Amino acid sequence: MEKFTTHTGVGVPLRRSNVDTDQIIPAVYLKRVTRTGFEDGLFAAWRNDPGFVLNRSEYAAGSVLVAGPDFGTGSSREHAVWALQNYGFRAVISARFGDIFRGNSGKAGLVAAQVDQKVVQRLWDHLESNPGSTVTVDLEARIVKAGEGIGAIEDSFDIDDYTRWRLLEGLDDIGITLSHEDDIVAYESLRPSWKPATIH
Amino acid sequence: MGRTLSEKVWDEHVVRSAEGEPDLLFIDLHLIHEVTSPQAFDGLRLSGRSVRRPDLTLATEDHNVPTLDWDKPIADPVSKTQVDTLRRNAEEFGVRLHPLGDIEQGIVHIIGPQLGLTQPGMTIVCGDSHTSTHGAFGAIAFGIGTSEVEHVLATQTLSQARPKTMAVTINGSLPEGVTAKDMVLALITHTGTGGGQGYIVEYRGQAIEELSMEGRMTVCNMSIEWGAKAGLIAPDQTTFDYIEGRAEAPTGADWDAAVEHWKSLATDDDAVFDREIVLDASTMTPFVTWGTNPGQGIPLGGAVPDPAQFEDPDDRIGAEKALEYMALEAGTPMREVKVDTVFVGSCTNGRIEDLRLAAEILKGRSVDQDTRLLVVPGSVRVRMQAEDEGLDVVFKEAGGEWRGAGCSMCLGMNPDQLTPGERSASTSNRNFEGRQGKGGRTHLVSVPVAAATAVRGTLSSPADLEPLEA
Ligand code: SF4
Repeated sequence: MEKFTTHTGVGVPLRRSNVDTDQIIPAVYLKRVTRTGFEDGLFAAWRNDPGFVLNRSEYAAGSVLVAGPDFGTGSSREHAVWALQNYGFRAVISARFGDIFRGNSGKAGLVAAQVDQKVVQRLWDHLESNPGSTVTVDLEARIVKAGEGIGAIEDSFDIDDYTRWRLLEGLDDIGITLSHEDDIVAYESLRPSWKPATIH
Repeated sequence: MGRTLSEKVWDEHVVRSAEGEPDLLFIDLHLIHEVTSPQAFDGLRLSGRSVRRPDLTLATEDHNVPTLDWDKPIADPVSKTQVDTLRRNAEEFGVRLHPLGDIEQGIVHIIGPQLGLTQPGMTIVCGDSHTSTHGAFGAIAFGIGTSEVEHVLATQTLSQARPKTMAVTINGSLPEGVTAKDMVLALITHTGTGGGQGYIVEYRGQAIEELSMEGRMTVCNMSIEWGAKAGLIAPDQTTFDYIEGRAEAPTGADWDAAVEHWKSLATDDDAVFDREIVLDASTMTPFVTWGTNPGQGIPLGGAVPDPAQFEDPDDRIGAEKALEYMALEAGTPMREVKVDTVFVGSCTNGRIEDLRLAAEILKGRSVDQDTRLLVVPGSVRVRMQAEDEGLDVVFKEAGGEWRGAGCSMCLGMNPDQLTPGERSASTSNRNFEGRQGKGGRTHLVSVPVAAATAVRGTLSSPADLEPLEA
């Protein structure tokens, strides 16, 4: 996994709450067997609407999504994370994330930065009055930033320590776990024999 | 201090715990399906890793398979590739697979319990959020993403931060005709879609104890719809009776040892939950959704709410958007909402008990002429059992369609989809925009409401039906 320290990119204000994973990518787009190519399914139902934020040229190069609360609720599909990444997003900012989505983001290298809804509101206002302007997500300092001068926005964000550390180091979770293989073997030797098995 | 059921099960599965790190948990059963696994197997291949415990892994085909012509090659080439990929991966990595056409094929959360593989005190994961279903047996069961699927395949473990604990106590008894589905829909409306976030929830109380295993699965299934990490129910005699004698259940001395252990898992009297919610089942009525998330629900006897009545501004905007999408006017009685399609099925309500209930109401009646009824059994075994009991004849004589096993219109990935603007009453678990097909409008309902709605063509409960002539 690629390391993530800090990223500055065009911010996209998505003024919607409860954007579930079926909205991020509908099921019909989940048939691919690769991790790439899901960008065409991203927010599919809204992409035909010329007024939809991603269809406006100023936001087309967006890489930091600023979304309403309860982003990524619903299904476990990691395709939702891949679709955002395939499109070019490196980070999502929201006041509350669906649990599985947040976990998936951490594994796949997308930063899910949790901030207060007031910060989201200020970022929305800023990005709408300055379309195409950037947002910085500094994982090392745990800070989101946008704008300059008097109206500048800067606030801290939440992300759990372990996920932050893995993202900063670009570490493969499986590699870390396999370094504790002795513990797994020891555990397995003590499992009761009546536990079910699929192959006998 | 005593421990809760979920804490006991969790503690029993900790392989490694270290300060500042999530616990490393051992996984007793890993369920797999075609949609969320291909990239995980690819990852294994790329790094030269194998499946650590194929004997604790089970695969099936459910999300993307057709419910008609299942004995012929899959018509959609992209779907076919995905299914073929699972078959190749299962073969290459030595994983037991129940493919389309196999007698044990079905929705992944239906076949685990059916085979007796789902047992109390286990940790169960699957690349599917409704894995919470298995919590009905007193297991910690939750959905994971594809990176985690790969992690479990390679290590049979998962690193997880310990969730907080919550008790949902449902006192009293459900009135006649009110089901587990109504109970859980009412709960989600009560808590909101984010109310369970960060918690493992234990459902308890008289109304829960009185539920059959099928009903308990319906409740646990929808834990994820209010954001909970997992939901579970203490195993009791109902649980043991359901498991005993199933293909993969322990036998003889193993059975005795297992039951003794399972009994020890119940929450201690002095255990403390981080949060508690108490509801009364005796006041519950048939419950339906009017909006585009499962927390936007109301008793069937109510009317479409007026967004202006919501205090929270986010809720108000959410309700306005939902009503626009659903094409509903505030104040319309729910019973007057006309439905085009009724879907009976899914891992929420696609078990034999559900089909029996639907057939009981549909027997001797016919489906409204402007309404389509789709009945999709959750597994091949459920389909065969239903056919043995003649339920398929009841559905067909009423004018319904009787299909093969799978997820079908629950998620609109296979050809079973709503068309834009089409309205459904669905026994599934999600009413998100476009969930059942682009532009489709979903009302979540119980099985009795689904069956009665099919007959009347508008959202209805069995009490609204004309009595049958003797
Ligand atoms: S029936 Fe629906 S909810 Fe259940 S596993 Fe299938 S798609 Fe998911």
